[in-house]
Amino acid sequence: MPRLNAAQRHEVAFTLNGAPARVEVEPRTLLTDALRHGLGMTGTHVGCEHGACGACTITIDGMPARACLTLAVAVEGCDLRTVEGLAPEPGRLGVLQAAFRRHHALQCGFCTAGILMSLDAYLRHRPHATRDDLTDVIGGHLCRCTGYAPIIAAAVEAAALLRGEPTEETPTYA
Amino acid sequence: MGIEHSRFIGQSVERVEDAALLSGRGRYIDDLGHKPGTLHAAILRSPHAHADILGTDAEAARALPGVVAVLTGHDLADVAGPLVPALRAAVDARAIAVDRVRYVGEPVAVVVAQDRYVAEDGCDLIEVEYRARPAVVDPLAALAEDAPVLHEGVGRNLVSDRAFRYGDPEAAFAQAPHTLSVTVRYPRNTGSPMETYGVVAEYDPSDDSYDLLANFQGPFSIHAVVARALKVPGNRLRLRTPPDSGGSFGVKQGVAPYAVLICAAARKVGRPVKWIEDRMEHLAASVSATNRVTTLTAAFDGEGRIAALDWDQVEDCGATLRAPEPATLYRMHGNMSGAYAIRHVRIRNRVVVTNKTPTGLVRGFGGPQVYYPLERLVQRIAATLGLDPLDVIRRNLIPADAFPYRTATGALYDSGDYQRALGEAVRDGGLDALRRRREAARAEGRLYGIGFTAAVEPSVSNMGYITTVLTAAERAKAGPKNGAQATATITLDPVGSVTVQVASVPQGQGHRTVLAQVVADVFGIPLDQVRVTADLDTAKDAWSIASGNYSSRFAAAVAGVAHQAATRLRDRLALVAAAQINVRADDLVFAGGRVASRTNPDAALPFARVAATSHWSPGLVPDEAGSVIRETAFWTPPELTAPDEGDAVNSSLCHGFIFDFCGVEVDRATGRLVIDRYVSMHDCGRILHPGMVEGQVRGGFAQALGAAVYEELAYGEDGAFLSGTFADYLLPTATEIPDLVVLHVESPSPFTPLGAKGVGEGNCMSTPVCLANAVADALGIDAIDLPLTPAKLAALSARGDEPAPPQGRAAQAHARPGDRTMRGEGEARVAAAPEAVWAMLLDPAVLTSVIPGAHGVRKLSDTHFRADVTLGVGPVKGRYKADITLSDLDPPRAATLSGTVTGALGNGGGSGRITLTPDARGGTRIGYAYEASVGGKVAAVGGRLLDGAARVIIGGFFSALARRAGGEARPGLLRRLLARLGISA
Repeated sequence: MPRLNAAQRHEVAFTLNGAPARVEVEPRTLLTDALRHGLGMTGTHVGCEHGACGACTITIDGMPARACLTLAVAVEGCDLRTVEGLAPEPGRLGVLQAAFRRHHALQCGFCTAGILMSLDAYLRHRPHATRDDLTDVIGGHLCRCTGYAPIIAAAVEAAALLRGEPTEETPTYA
Repeated sequence: MGIEHSRFIGQSVERVEDAALLSGRGRYIDDLGHKPGTLHAAILRSPHAHADILGTDAEAARALPGVVAVLTGHDLADVAGPLVPALRAAVDARAIAVDRVRYVGEPVAVVVAQDRYVAEDGCDLIEVEYRARPAVVDPLAALAEDAPVLHEGVGRNLVSDRAFRYGDPEAAFAQAPHTLSVTVRYPRNTGSPMETYGVVAEYDPSDDSYDLLANFQGPFSIHAVVARALKVPGNRLRLRTPPDSGGSFGVKQGVAPYAVLICAAARKVGRPVKWIEDRMEHLAASVSATNRVTTLTAAFDGEGRIAALDWDQVEDCGATLRAPEPATLYRMHGNMSGAYAIRHVRIRNRVVVTNKTPTGLVRGFGGPQVYYPLERLVQRIAATLGLDPLDVIRRNLIPADAFPYRTATGALYDSGDYQRALGEAVRDGGLDALRRRREAARAEGRLYGIGFTAAVEPSVSNMGYITTVLTAAERAKAGPKNGAQATATITLDPVGSVTVQVASVPQGQGHRTVLAQVVADVFGIPLDQVRVTADLDTAKDAWSIASGNYSSRFAAAVAGVAHQAATRLRDRLALVAAAQINVRADDLVFAGGRVASRTNPDAALPFARVAATSHWSPGLVPDEAGSVIRETAFWTPPELTAPDEGDAVNSSLCHGFIFDFCGVEVDRATGRLVIDRYVSMHDCGRILHPGMVEGQVRGGFAQALGAAVYEELAYGEDGAFLSGTFADYLLPTATEIPDLVVLHVESPSPFTPLGAKGVGEGNCMSTPVCLANAVADALGIDAIDLPLTPAKLAALSARGDEPAPPQGRAAQAHARPGDRTMRGEGEARVAAAPEAVWAMLLDPAVLTSVIPGAHGVRKLSDTHFRADVTLGVGPVKGRYKADITLSDLDPPRAATLSGTVTGALGNGGGSGRITLTPDARGGTRIGYAYEASVGGKVAAVGGRLLDGAARVIIGGFFSALARRAGGEARPGLLRRLLARLGISA
């Protein structure tokens, strides 16, 4: 691993939502700050800065990670995905996002990006995830608005849709 | 009035807010760009609960490249005055400490720098010298004659003491066959929104004005408080809110003092300043709900009918009374008899200050503190008389034919049928099945209980209720305060699309969607033809003191006034259309995007064309219609009158009803609380959007579950704050939420334009006590306070059968709750003789090598040493200055070692007695016993680890000493285990 001079700024290059990205940071700059204030990708939110709330969750090389516990210089050469990369195109929502909207699985929306990223990564690895599995994944995040039930319902429905199954879940609040 | 063609109201349409929020396109305060040259602030906070500030050395911080200014309370005093509460007590309510700190987390200095990282570096370089004062944490202790006084201007910690009397409580108590009391200590908790506070402020000296962006939630009565603190008229304080806010739950009312602080800092540095609060700051020093000690006594007959209540409430508002407090104490004043027809009520309300974070609004504010004792008492009455609690509730409920019902204390309950709601809940919620489950569980020896709660949920606060804290004479002098102005502005643009602006400042509640539903229905147009903005700019938008998002006022008041504004515009548009198609205006119907004649559907115009007429063709607009472009409506309900001479007050406009019941099981061995089933019946009047109502109920329930079981803003007896991270202040996660059955009945409010009532706060009021009632039933106990932690429940269910602590445990258990003194003892054996060990203890070179983490020990005298040490507790590693004194010297046999450590991360102190005993082999047995306590950030963050860390550090000292002397320490098993767990110095 290269040694970095704490007094200098360093350029870090990585792939962000499929496109090359470069940002200049101090060695101590958190990845959250580099993404949000360095690159203007403000969809990744900062809720606690100690890894507990999960709002800042992104994926690094396909694995979910807390961006607030990651130094920006550590993602040199990595493949990063954030909530801005979830939708198939501007103005359209992906399957998981649309399920969240149908089920009122968000209120203030501050924690939502992190939950979407965790679920997206999990369902890529485990398409046959059960309701309990998905509840455990969501259990790694704090949401203060919804009481979680609609988030779980949305995740279960999205999993079924992604498997190409007809959904048994009716929207929580018809 | 009414919606003729209701297509959208009552439907769970998808929210207009969601596409942006799901795509990372939200616009929260930290997402908005800022002006070039904007500086960033970090706040240095007090590690002490109560101390004098003797001096602040900021030279090193000011010298740090990138730091622009370091500002103390003294530096800002000329531009930032106190935030004056409704109750004019002589409390110091400034945004930053001057000369004295009164709670852990109180701002002491603001560092303004080129970026946040450098600003925080600056904070680390500031040295503040404190002289600690005794702290008082408990509200009853604060009332004692000899208690430390927080504000000498008041002379005591009791800042308000009022007695109220309604009906004839003395006679009712004298005549009652039975009386019974409960005493409840309601703990502290908070809403903990996922987004913290944020403020961006700029000062313009050319017209002495502030431009302030803050994720403030209202009430905008606080705008007047902030303007006054900044010493500018209201029109020189432009307050804007960001388009999105990451939750609030009442808490973001409390950003106001930081708005003052950052505005003042911006003025001092002459540049815009931005501050985003971090989570540790938020937990320590944003807003706490009040903790309250209540004794409630009831007079009742043999069937459980309650004739009178006697309330004695001691409200703890923390270190200062901060506007709008004492709102939490008086918000429920009209509702002190809950859902019951009780005509005689006596109340004593006392407000005290203690060395804790100042309190403010937290979802349900006042409700949980009132319903906990009231519904515990109802359950206790049933238990005492051997009755079913459900029967006692039924017998006391206000009858359905009594509405509108005036309570003894002055509230006017608008509508309801409590018996029907209760009956449907019992039937549809499956109470009988739950009772059978309880029977079956108990037959197996399991601890299973059922709890009930009936509660009235007030919404749309009367802005005058807080003045009930004043006497009638004081109110007469100040002039009556009352009402709850709501406002909406609807604008028709030149292509006939519709914009709605409200001053409701939502934090996730979907106001924009519901308002689009309301207005689209009035105009008979598609939902997407209406665009709503709900953020506020006090310089340009319509607003009043009641504006904002609190006391569940949106559906009842804001949606209602938007409906009024739209209806007024529609009626004038009808005049415009009628003139063009030659029909009578009252023959016109607005539907399907057209304005058409009822009797002749061919006579029609597109809505957009009618709506655009006043822009393009004012000549076609009849005189009586005026310019039909924009309509601003204000609405305040006439029912919200000022408190009367007898202190009766209609504290809220609407009164929903909640009936909850639940079945719970307590694990005998672990104390774990398992919620088997929870049923919540709501009557919130007319439901405008079922999905959002469901979301409010489920979200409120989860917060209430947190308050009941997991969360507490905990303080030590010395005022140290102990729950500074999300690992200490535990929010419920998806895996803790039980099955929740939500049921509804609808009794529309006759007092609101759409018949809606509030619904967002009810479960925060009803659920904690419903769970407690179930636990009390399960354990067969009379008294229980929150939170219902496993440790507490295990102790209660063990009933004195608690197993003895393991043998050989070094540290003793805490003697009393809140006592954080760490105690320990141990022993080490060294090969050297006592005289040699004694000499080593007095030798700085030896001490440097044996004190864990010591960088250098300076000997000031034979018995006084100073050292710099680096210590780690859990995740928090920091540098401290240690000051060590030896006393009670008995060379070479014994000495007392006392010391203090201070650093940016916290402070600590303690003492220990060391004894040296010669052993048979010419060596020495060193025995030690110590007591120590720690405060500041390290206590808030690493509290769970402190005992272990102290043992490791102190044990480490003696094992190093033993090694140095050629012997071997004997660490206990526990210490070795801790060392293996990575808890080390």
